[in-house]
Amino acid sequence: MSLCSLRIDDHEVAIAAGSTVLQAAREASVAIPTLCFLEGLSAVAACRMCLVEVSGSDTLLPACITRVQEGMQVHTATPRLQDIRRTLIELLFTEGNHVCAICVANGHCELQNLAVEVGMDHSRLPYRFPDRPVDLSHPLFGLDHNRCVLCTRCVRVCDEVEGAHVWDVGWRGEHCRIIAGLEEPWGAVEACTHCGKCVEVCPTGALFHRGDTTEEKHSDPARLQALMQARQQQRWNP
Amino acid sequence: MKACLRVCSAASCRSRGAATLQHTLSEAIASAGLEHRLRVKEVGCLGPCSDGPLLAMDASPEAQTQLYGSIPAADAAQLAASLTQAAARHTLAQWCPAGGQRIDLNHPFFQLQRRLVLEHCGQIDPNSIEEALAAGAYRQLERVLQTNNPAAVIEQVQRSGLRGRGGAGYPTGLKWAAVAQSPGTDKLVVCNADEGDPGAFMDRTVLEGDPHTVLEGMAIAAHAVGASRGFIYVRAEYPLAIARLHTAIAAAHGQGWLGMAIAGSRFNFDVELRVGAGAYVCGEETALMQSIEGKRGMPRPRPPYPAEQGVFGLPTLINNVETFANLPALLRLGLESYGRGTKVFSLTGHVRRSGVIEVPMGTSLRRIVETMGGGAAAGRTIKAVQTGGPSGGCVPANQLDTPVDYESLKALGTIMGSGGMVVMDDTTNMVDIARFFMAFCREESCGKCVPCRAGTVQLDNLLEKLLGGRAAPGDLEQLERLCHMVKDTSLCGLGQGAPKPVLSTLRHFRDDYLALVPAETSR
Repeated sequence: MSLCSLRIDDHEVAIAAGSTVLQAAREASVAIPTLCFLEGLSAVAACRMCLVEVSGSDTLLPACITRVQEGMQVHTATPRLQDIRRTLIELLFTEGNHVCAICVANGHCELQNLAVEVGMDHSRLPYRFPDRPVDLSHPLFGLDHNRCVLCTRCVRVCDEVEGAHVWDVGWRGEHCRIIAGLEEPWGAVEACTHCGKCVEVCPTGALFHRGDTTEEKHSDPARLQALMQARQQQRWNP
Repeated sequence: MKACLRVCSAASCRSRGAATLQHTLSEAIASAGLEHRLRVKEVGCLGPCSDGPLLAMDASPEAQTQLYGSIPAADAAQLAASLTQAAARHTLAQWCPAGGQRIDLNHPFFQLQRRLVLEHCGQIDPNSIEEALAAGAYRQLERVLQTNNPAAVIEQVQRSGLRGRGGAGYPTGLKWAAVAQSPGTDKLVVCNADEGDPGAFMDRTVLEGDPHTVLEGMAIAAHAVGASRGFIYVRAEYPLAIARLHTAIAAAHGQGWLGMAIAGSRFNFDVELRVGAGAYVCGEETALMQSIEGKRGMPRPRPPYPAEQGVFGLPTLINNVETFANLPALLRLGLESYGRGTKVFSLTGHVRRSGVIEVPMGTSLRRIVETMGGGAAAGRTIKAVQTGGPSGGCVPANQLDTPVDYESLKALGTIMGSGGMVVMDDTTNMVDIARFFMAFCREESCGKCVPCRAGTVQLDNLLEKLLGGRAAPGDLEQLERLCHMVKDTSLCGLGQGAPKPVLSTLRHFRDDYLALVPAETSR
């Protein structure tokens, strides 16, 4: 296997050719914030949190899908990138109705953690307070669209890992919404296997177990990675 | 040779009753038994749309063509009577449609054009492959197949400097070479006919007026890159173009210019139509490919580029309508005569004469807008010219001497774009224009990436706040900052381009903005 050596901030990294910049950064313990990316699922580069600067390139590149190149110089935390990340989080907060104090995911929420990480103590942009519904038609789980950031992890895990393809994105632009089946109540979609993978990978409190109350939802994306590894290696007893 | 009356049947004239007019006139000639003297035929766009409905009379080979505009289509019956009389008395050369206006064909609007792409548009009946063939259609394809040297064709396209006419201006030859070099035997050619910029109707004109040139260009491209299947992705809002393409594809199949063993060679090429469902973002190539596959039309990051992994994962060549339509002319003329080529523009807005024109690359904006378009209405002056649609910008009046080419326009903060050219006079508030385009992008954002989905909404709301007189100190700075952020971080061209109308108007018409913010923040 051929290796690629590159520089990420102050770290020299050597990694297998074909790896992504994000993999290389994690290898070198350089933290690049991510939101839509989740190991074990296909990368869609939609949230733009992992954008990095690469010397010699005018455009910002998403670390989750950009392949490493020999001699590459990557900058992950320039002031420009820090401001972009803060603005992205502000855009997400103002787009939905995120009220941490009453959220099931409070304290265990990736959006909340990112807000802390990028130093977003308030939004410079006005909140939009959209009118969004809650779907409580499923016997085990619930979907609160107010808290959804449209990362599409649920769409991908259900399609790529569970193979049920219950979820999709409906409408477009600001009207985008995660839909179950052909925009049916979640509970009415027969394809759903009640596996709960979508709840497990949801970065916020949008998908939750019914009965969870404030701060009680603990997502565990690591279980997805364990499952993918077991499938790949055909070893089911760790 | 018998006389011929060409009736413009393009969408604009059709909306003013050209279809009824054509029908009434040809019926009258037929029932008078004068079809041997005069043929009334429908043709594609005759050019000056603002003067429609349009008629062109070719009374005899010696007589000069006469172009008439503003034909009162409601009086079709009277016009038919006078036309029949003129045909019966052999006075067609003197016939003048009552109520219509003669349009001077020596006007710069016509004289300064160089028609390569639109050569047959308005001349031939777009529903007749016989007329297209008589005008030279498929001759370059035949020559290419006889020579059978795809590499030479690619080299010629490369050396011509032809760049994508869809807006981005990527070198066409380079794209072709990449597809040709991609491994695999199953490759595809896609024609992007999802023209969606507000004020742009060049591709519609080409498709409605001369569909065979586009098909020929596609076939030449397919042969060059080694593809045997093609798609034309055309928007549903162009029903006439779709109908004419259906007819043209069927006719080309019937005459052996599409299908198996074209012109006796070993080259096979089939074309399928795909009709879009109204999303502007499907004009973005990766979204367009998803849509062809039957998926939700959303852009994906590149690489992989379509040349490596396109429709159904196959190496795909994707070019715009006008790019394909350039090829027969390029091959026929050769590099030297072709020169820098041409660009088709749809000239609209506050000009006296609007319509579709094709000008040599490098023509100045002033020449197009003032000399050809006649400038602004009496008592008004031109303030700006918008090019490039929602991803473009506004060129201020004092820069009108800029030549239209990719680099010059880019330097001014706008883009060549696909060819929409909207002229605005001094009654226009540029913040209004910026908001119009931002509202358009907000509406058309697919919602995949955060900066475009949520950023365009915030930008639109900010502009609305400015225009509503509710601006607060610092709003202008926030607007500018967010524009740069959305431009730098969005996933596809739609999001990256969305802030450009705002940024360009901020650059050239900052006073329009400053007038809307409280005095203490003005600088």
